[in-house]
Amino acid sequence: MLTQTIDRPNLAKSNKVTPRREREPVSQTKNDYSDETIWMLAVRDTRDRGAFAALFDHFAPRLKGFLIRGGASPQQAEEIVQDVMLTIWRKADMFDPHRAQVSAWIYQIARNRRIDIARKENRPMPEALKEEPELEPDASQILGLEQETTQLKQALAALKPEQREVIEKAYLGELTHQEISMQTGLPLGTIKSRIRLGLQRLRHELKDLTQ
Amino acid sequence: MSAITHHVPDAILASYAAGSLPQAFAVAVASHVSLCAHCRGALEAHQAVGGVILEDTKAVAVSASLKDSILAQLDAPYTPEPVYERNGIFPGPVMEVMQRHAPRWKKLGMGVRQDILSADAHGSVRLLYIPPGQAVPDHSHNGLEMTLVLQGSFSDETGRFGVGDLEIADETVEHTPVADPGAACICLAATDARLRFNALVPRLLQPLFRI
Repeated sequence: MLTQTIDRPNLAKSNKVTPRREREPVSQTKNDYSDETIWMLAVRDTRDRGAFAALFDHFAPRLKGFLIRGGASPQQAEEIVQDVMLTIWRKADMFDPHRAQVSAWIYQIARNRRIDIARKENRPMPEALKEEPELEPDASQILGLEQETTQLKQALAALKPEQREVIEKAYLGELTHQEISMQTGLPLGTIKSRIRLGLQRLRHELKDLTQ
Repeated sequence: MSAITHHVPDAILASYAAGSLPQAFAVAVASHVSLCAHCRGALEAHQAVGGVILEDTKAVAVSASLKDSILAQLDAPYTPEPVYERNGIFPGPVMEVMQRHAPRWKKLGMGVRQDILSADAHGSVRLLYIPPGQAVPDHSHNGLEMTLVLQGSFSDETGRFGVGDLEIADETVEHTPVADPGAACICLAATDARLRFNALVPRLLQPLFRI
């Protein structure tokens, strides 16, 4: 059977530790979604509290570490973790696995919350695009995005430590736009194309966007 | 209308995703992304990088009570954040800055009008109304200026800018934008420096109007 692993460039050379998920062969069914995606869809579609607790166990300690790295005190970090986790529950219907990994979606929520607190005004956000409920999920697109994200992770891991440090600072909000040089070797083009495919599914709404 | 051809550069999208972009530019970028599926895909790719960094962040244990405290709040009533929808030519993020009001135009002379939506030491956001065939009044800006076309179009030495196009100019760019024939050109203009337009324009218009 044709699998999507065939045309993946070999970026994993420098990766000594391969996470569990990347070793699994990819067929195109939702059984192959990552745990995080499965939990998030269960929260979104069936308000599953067990799945929410699993998301908490996975993300809350990482979020706390991430926020402390970004300059928050441990207590502030926990307050923000609480806000972010509640936002995940309340805005679950905005999660679209065809366009975002759970980690990317949560990153964006966490950055918003941090900025809203720091600036005492809301960060301007683009108009929301919501998936139409009757739209059938496209497992190959969801898995394709997971694969692109894995490649991004490998590319990030393959960077020299000082390069990686710059990228981390940039996405922690510690660099100005003038300081961010995108000469990083990150293969962003492929994941952009993949996400745009996810956006095309919403073309009914996107048609209005281009009028 | 013609397709959007002037987009947001990667470094600025990354900075917006990370929350380090000044508020005024964030309004312009969020407005452009609301109109432009191409840049929405690119923005979500930057959020994917942020998500990978979040995933890889060293976990820091959260306090023992945090999970139960959050689970206990899942059913608590809360006030949803207001949603600002597009209204006519104005994207949601502009509606938010205008607090859903119609523009409150102030005449600048030569048929040009402006509405300063916000201005402080960190930057300014304003709407400009330029009649067809009219040049945008000369104005100096320290640092960067972003101009997003909302209606009509303008042209300058660097090209033609139609609805949804974003022009980014720094103080080194010598340009004279002129509104194209047809509908009046309405733009959103954002700067990261203190607004100098107000003081300067009457001085420039002085010889013309003897004011």
